[in-house]
Amino acid sequence: MYACLHAPGNLSLLVECARGFSPLIEENPPDSVVFDARGLEALHGPPAALAREIERRAGVKANIAIAPNPDAALHAARGFAGITVIEEKKEAAALAKLPINLLGGSPEFAESLHLWGIRTFGDFAKLPPLGVAARLGDEGVELQRLARGEGYRRLRPLEDPLEFEAELELEYPVDLLEPLAFVMARLLKEICERLAARALATNEVRLRLTLENSPVHETSLRLPVPMLDQKAFLRMLQLDLSGRPPIAPVVKVHMAAEPVKPRRTQQGLFVPLSPEPEKLELTVARVRHLVGADRVGSPEISNTHRPDAFQMRAFAPGLGSRPGGSVSERAAEAPRLCLRRFRPPRYAQVLVVNQRPVRVMSASVSGRVTVAKGPWRTSGEWWREDVWNRDEWDVALELGEVYRIYRENDSGRWFLEGAYD
Amino acid sequence: MGAAILQLRSELQARFDVPLGFENRREQKHLPTGIEAIDRLTGGGVPCGALTEIHGPESSGRTALMFALLSEATRRGECCAWIDAAGAFDPASAAETGADLERVLWVDCRGNAEHALKSADLLIHAGGFGLVVLDLADTPAKEARRISLASWFRLRHAAERTGAALVAVERETNARSCSALRIGMRRKQAVWTGQLLRGLATQAESDKHYRVRTAEFTAAR
Repeated sequence: MYACLHAPGNLSLLVECARGFSPLIEENPPDSVVFDARGLEALHGPPAALAREIERRAGVKANIAIAPNPDAALHAARGFAGITVIEEKKEAAALAKLPINLLGGSPEFAESLHLWGIRTFGDFAKLPPLGVAARLGDEGVELQRLARGEGYRRLRPLEDPLEFEAELELEYPVDLLEPLAFVMARLLKEICERLAARALATNEVRLRLTLENSPVHETSLRLPVPMLDQKAFLRMLQLDLSGRPPIAPVVKVHMAAEPVKPRRTQQGLFVPLSPEPEKLELTVARVRHLVGADRVGSPEISNTHRPDAFQMRAFAPGLGSRPGGSVSERAAEAPRLCLRRFRPPRYAQVLVVNQRPVRVMSASVSGRVTVAKGPWRTSGEWWREDVWNRDEWDVALELGEVYRIYRENDSGRWFLEGAYD
Repeated sequence: MGAAILQLRSELQARFDVPLGFENRREQKHLPTGIEAIDRLTGGGVPCGALTEIHGPESSGRTALMFALLSEATRRGECCAWIDAAGAFDPASAAETGADLERVLWVDCRGNAEHALKSADLLIHAGGFGLVVLDLADTPAKEARRISLASWFRLRHAAERTGAALVAVERETNARSCSALRIGMRRKQAVWTGQLLRGLATQAESDKHYRVRTAEFTAAR
């Protein structure tokens, strides 16, 4: 079942109307749109009711035809005023009265039919097919099939470029974040609605602010999971802008979203609950705003022997971002000795007797060394500027605290690396 | 039927001298620490939906206990948050203990206890975390004492609502009546073998239900 809308001079309105019913739309310039209406009976009832619903939503006076194939619907909408519903196997009878000029074809073909006295679809349909083939060739055969309403072809769907962008030039420069939030909310709403209409979500929102007499201010939100929560995007952009505000009043706002398929997962019945990704992202953005962007996340140990080498990754539990996970193969059955690091390592003065540390003095830790075990020399990455080369010691002080200290061999300075706890 | 149960209950009460009228009391869920001695001491681990305080001086095994708990929680598939007031969290030690770091959200507050408290509040209210650790172990006792009782109540209430096990690691107890369980850690001795530090022997003390009990364990390298 196919529906066709025909209204001279209103093609864009007709396309918008058709989008409300189906994603498979064919434009027939200059003034007709055909779309796939199969399955719409469940929503709108029989074809006549569907045609009335299309007429109601069209917004302009249009001819509407519903037929079993696209060509029959197109011809009926172009030839009959108002609503036309053509039932299956009654196409030829329904189209019989249409004037032959609606069929199209070459000027020679039209002239031949005119000379033969053929004026309607019905007249042409009655001609013997073999005679038509002999006199008019393949074109005549094809057009006769159309005149009988027998034409069947696939729709040539209209494909929009998948660009989800919106921009707004402001009448006067905005220098406060609150009025800017209203503008961003409007653009986000537009983009999110467009994404939702195509059953898509986004994992990246980019914001570009054109400033008055200053360079462009750009920022982007990269999300570990696809989302389509307009309020969450707005809040995250607000947090980002309040942490790093534009340096001059804003004169133009441009926003773009990267379209991706939405996340579809189902939690197991016996799997512990995880934080809701959308809510978590907003919470993490708030925490990031509080403590700093590079200080929140999930640590990933770097593949190097450098002490305390790790990278902060976005926290996305259970998304398989790290193949194989990061669980140690030597997962402990018994509690393990752990280190609490001092970041950055604390400078210390260490008294050394017979090449062993005997006293440690620093701003936070001081005392006589009762046990000192070491040294263990580590070094590496000589090709980099931040090469490390040091001797490590484990020392116990008189009150029982145990620390890891080290001496930088290049500078000869001592540092407290952390406390065993 | 009801009368028979009442009669049976009164007979049992008279015989065993224990109250039997609390059958509607909600079962308290626990998150095991994976250290047998501590789980025995605490009756199954740290309580879920409640605040637990772990306190003690440096090198008393607080971090070893917490990493064991973190490891156990991630092994069960729970998401965990580690709010680190001093930025002392060592990812390598946590991974060595067996924690799945992908399931750990680490917030490094670099010495700002107020930020740590606010982050804990935000994360615990967000819900979905099985374990939230507020690490104030390196925060000076004077600064930790300034955290108001109202803040602790707010955190406890959020933990009750979301069912998360909220654990605060400190030098000394601060939450007073807000905590459901307090575990005091004491260092006993460092274990050395030859040129190596082999471990730290520690003693844990719990004053749950006004009964002080102790357990010992060694965090080994």
